[in-house]
Amino acid sequence: MTRALHAVLVVEDEPQLRALLRTTLEAAGYRVIEAETARRAVVEARTHKPDLALVDLGLPDADGIDVIRAVREFSSLPVIVLSARAQEHEKVAALDAGADDYVTKPFGVGELLARVRGALRRGAQVADADGSVVVIGDWALDLARRTTRNPATGATLHLTPIEFRIVTVLAQHAGRVVTHRQLLRDVWGPEAVERPEYLRNFIKQLRNKLERDPARPRHLVTEIGVGYRLEVAGDDSPA
Amino acid sequence: MTPHDPRPDPDALLARVNEDERRAARGRLKIFFGASAGVGKTYAMLEAARRKRAEGVDVVVGYVEPHGRDETERLAADLPSLPPLAVHYRNTLRHELDLDAALARRPAVLVVDELAHSNVVDGTPAPRHAKRWQDIDELLAAGIDVWTTVNVQHLESLNDVVAGITGARQQETVPDRVFDEADEVELIDLPADDLLARLAAGKVYVREHAAHAREHFFRKGNLIALRELALRRTADRVDAAMRDYRDARGISSGWAARERLVACIGPTAAAEQVVRAAKRLADALDAEWIVVYVETPALLRLPDAERNRRIDVLRLAESLGAETVTLGGASVADEVLQYARTRNATRIVVGRASRSGWRAWVAPSPIAALLREKTDIDVVVVGSDALSLARRSPLVARTEAMLATGTSGKRRWPAYALAVAITALATGIAWLLSTRFAQANLVMVYLLGCTVVAVRLGRGPSVLASLLGVAAFDFFFVPPQYTFAVADAQYLLTFAIMLAVSLTIANLTAGVRLQARVAGHRERRTALLYAMSRELAQAGDREAMARTAVRHVGESFDGQAVVLLPDDAGRLHLPHGRPEPHSLRGADLGVAQWVLDHDERAGLGSDTLPGQEALYAPLPTPQGPLGVIALLPANPRRVLLPEQRQLFAAFAAQIALALDRVRLAERARGAEVNAAAETVRNALLAGISHDLRTPLAVIAGSASALAEQGDDIPAARRRELAASIYTQAEHVTTLVGNVLELARLEAGNIAPRTEAYPLDDIVGAVLHRLDPVLGGLAVTVALPPDLPPVDVDATLVEQALANLVDNARKHAAGATTLAIAASRRGDHVELTVSDDGAGLPPGDPERLFAKFERGRAEDAVGGAGLGLALVRAIADAHGGSVRAERVSPHGARFVLALLVARGSA
Repeated sequence: MTRALHAVLVVEDEPQLRALLRTTLEAAGYRVIEAETARRAVVEARTHKPDLALVDLGLPDADGIDVIRAVREFSSLPVIVLSARAQEHEKVAALDAGADDYVTKPFGVGELLARVRGALRRGAQVADADGSVVVIGDWALDLARRTTRNPATGATLHLTPIEFRIVTVLAQHAGRVVTHRQLLRDVWGPEAVERPEYLRNFIKQLRNKLERDPARPRHLVTEIGVGYRLEVAGDDSPA
Repeated sequence: MTPHDPRPDPDALLARVNEDERRAARGRLKIFFGASAGVGKTYAMLEAARRKRAEGVDVVVGYVEPHGRDETERLAADLPSLPPLAVHYRNTLRHELDLDAALARRPAVLVVDELAHSNVVDGTPAPRHAKRWQDIDELLAAGIDVWTTVNVQHLESLNDVVAGITGARQQETVPDRVFDEADEVELIDLPADDLLARLAAGKVYVREHAAHAREHFFRKGNLIALRELALRRTADRVDAAMRDYRDARGISSGWAARERLVACIGPTAAAEQVVRAAKRLADALDAEWIVVYVETPALLRLPDAERNRRIDVLRLAESLGAETVTLGGASVADEVLQYARTRNATRIVVGRASRSGWRAWVAPSPIAALLREKTDIDVVVVGSDALSLARRSPLVARTEAMLATGTSGKRRWPAYALAVAITALATGIAWLLSTRFAQANLVMVYLLGCTVVAVRLGRGPSVLASLLGVAAFDFFFVPPQYTFAVADAQYLLTFAIMLAVSLTIANLTAGVRLQARVAGHRERRTALLYAMSRELAQAGDREAMARTAVRHVGESFDGQAVVLLPDDAGRLHLPHGRPEPHSLRGADLGVAQWVLDHDERAGLGSDTLPGQEALYAPLPTPQGPLGVIALLPANPRRVLLPEQRQLFAAFAAQIALALDRVRLAERARGAEVNAAAETVRNALLAGISHDLRTPLAVIAGSASALAEQGDDIPAARRRELAASIYTQAEHVTTLVGNVLELARLEAGNIAPRTEAYPLDDIVGAVLHRLDPVLGGLAVTVALPPDLPPVDVDATLVEQALANLVDNARKHAAGATTLAIAASRRGDHVELTVSDDGAGLPPGDPERLFAKFERGRAEDAVGGAGLGLALVRAIADAHGGSVRAERVSPHGARFVLALLVARGSA
């Protein structure tokens, strides 16, 4: 697949980390635009119209979440948040403010690039999400027809409408984390956003049905304190 | 000290040194002393001030009375002066020394006229102290030298002597202590004739309205006497200074035993004289002196107005430098003698007996009793003089007493009615008996009735019952019956004896009753103190103690109280929190702060700011006051009574003791905590620096190799170096993460945000997260399907489980399988992580959970020093536990117990 060079906006105030991100991303074939303040980040996002933004949550002039909100007012470009560990509530806040994913500092290059690829793919997926078939472990789920079958054995599996809706929402964000709040809102509606215990039971059932080893899930992954992530085969392998 | 040992007493020397040090810090007081007004004290003082100023010393005039004398005013005008404080008082404007301005100005020498001046305490703004000498005391304490003037008639101890000479009593007096402790006294001496000449020339200021007193006061005889008094007083001082000097130099000429006087006073006008006489005697003998007041049942019966006089007298004695004591007992003579013996007194000073005639014979005065005692203590009897005109006749006193007890009289009339009724009853019984029994027995019935009245109703009713009994006996039983006439003269003897016996019974019984009441009073006081100290002992912290103290003081003194405690900066604050019913609101923090800073009481009944409604007292400890207690009594008179003041002081001391105990306990606990924290910190630092150094050395070395010789290193080797940088950086990341998490948990300011959470979700997340590093280790998970959710902060427990799994991965040498299982045990779920590796190191497995405890000292695997410690901290934060066990034949098992979520039991 040939494509124009993707432009990535790097919003990070630490020069060394910025330099590292530039080196890594350019080595992987991306064009890098740098911004070291929140104000600058919004300006760059408007003028250069990047394909993706990497936003550090701690900036000198404002919170990274403010950048996400400002960008979301005029653009739906994918945003990945860079955050330190043990800041689950900040991650959730950033995701709820419109970020697409997060990477915990310190991160490996492989992990970072996988997330970048996942986020960039979203643009393409949004277009043809309805007709897509998601493969989870042994099962192929046709989200449009709401059927689940094992391509190898031909066996079928019954999923309830809610289970299908959950998988559909996760599949739309495949490879990226979906917060409890977002998942609850998209599946049950706005009044259910404070009831994460609903979700746990359904995820457990889904794992029992879809995962090979439900005790060690490899596809329906829990991000403790944040939400869930659907990992489709091959997604995690570094470039 | 033996005569052969010429060395001075070391205690005396030490006292001397302390005194010198205290004086060095204090300002020096110089007094220009004169025999009367007009001798030129102020002039001499200002002259000296001008000379001092010329020498370059910062001399400032604080206040000089504007007497309109030209030469004085000219002198004063040459010197810089502080503007006086304008005080409004009853529509007039008075001028006072501005104490705060003087303290702020801090001159080297402050000149303040008229040491004996009384401030307008009721004015606005109210001056801080009632007396100028107190202002000066504060200035000296602040290290400012003060020059002032005073006349001999203003000295407290000479007050009545001067009054005897001039016939006019001075209201404004200065405690002799102030005069005696002055660093320098300059006598301004002027012969009487010269003074009279100056007076004639109009050079002496005399207040207009006092002009008529001029002729009386400024008589040559008076002036000569006053001059002699001033000269003698100055000579006394010089003498004392000489003695001090000899002490300091160790010049000893026979070390006489120190004299100690006990002056005994009663509630009479003569008491003041006794006190002054004792002061003069004590000065002459250079003796300590103690003023004793003995409260006997008889004195307790006196009207309040009379009893309160002793308060003034005792305070006068204190201001003259005496120690004052109030004793309780039946006999003044016995109590005083006993007390004098316990204090090793050499003399007892008493006033002359005021009783005479038959009273002296029937009820001898305490002095007579004292003189009859066989004792080695000298008894000095002080004569009464013209001043005794102040003593009122017994009749007047009794009338006043009746008026004063008017209120209590109202309450007592039922007692009198009952006394009449009992006498009537006795008459009735006697009537029934009269047919069979002799009249002598009927008298007994009356005496019984009288005794009952005396025991139950007190003195007055029993006297009434005695009189009525005799009258009734006469009327009903003595022939001729039903008249008061007496046929047989021998009945007169019967009446006399009957009356005498019943009155004696009445008196004795009433005395016993009063004794019991006094004892009861004292017992109640002790009980109050005991009750408070017992509750204080139970109170855990300062606030609880303050509340307890407020309640007890409020109840005991029938008023409102508040305990004010200083913050770390020494500033007092009003207490916040739930007020008690006895809490005093609106205490004056300014006054309280002054009390705390000066360690002296102030407000009601004290010398400082006596216009305040409440009394402020420091909570004393040997290291200075811990706080201030303020009391607003419902009846202000109560705190003026000496025993109440002493009781209040005892309360304050008790509260201070309790607070001090808490303070010391807190300090000890603080020291303990600090020591423990220090140990942990040291271990942590040592551990962190060790665990950081290794990976950082690898990172720095590899990175510098890549940066400096990158081109010369083969590509495969370069990747190896980069990979090791990555691995070591991850170690450091884990370590730092653990340190931060541990610090967060141990700081105790983050409580885990727990919710009911299924364990399988956490196990799954951990295994997914660690999947890349688990390598060849086989993992089995066995969670029962009916496992209840646990009450946890999922992010923390995820971290704990990850650390347990990571620990097994790193330290279980030779392990092939990692088994994760869970089961319910009562209200806990036990999550176990077991491996089949080499097992735990020898020793107590508990050691593994200590910070920076490694399984094996030589273990080369880094980054584990805090992993298990963090697991322990997380388990503790959840009210759970973690333990390590050995598995046979080989392997280790870690068990993390977590609480089952409520509602899922």
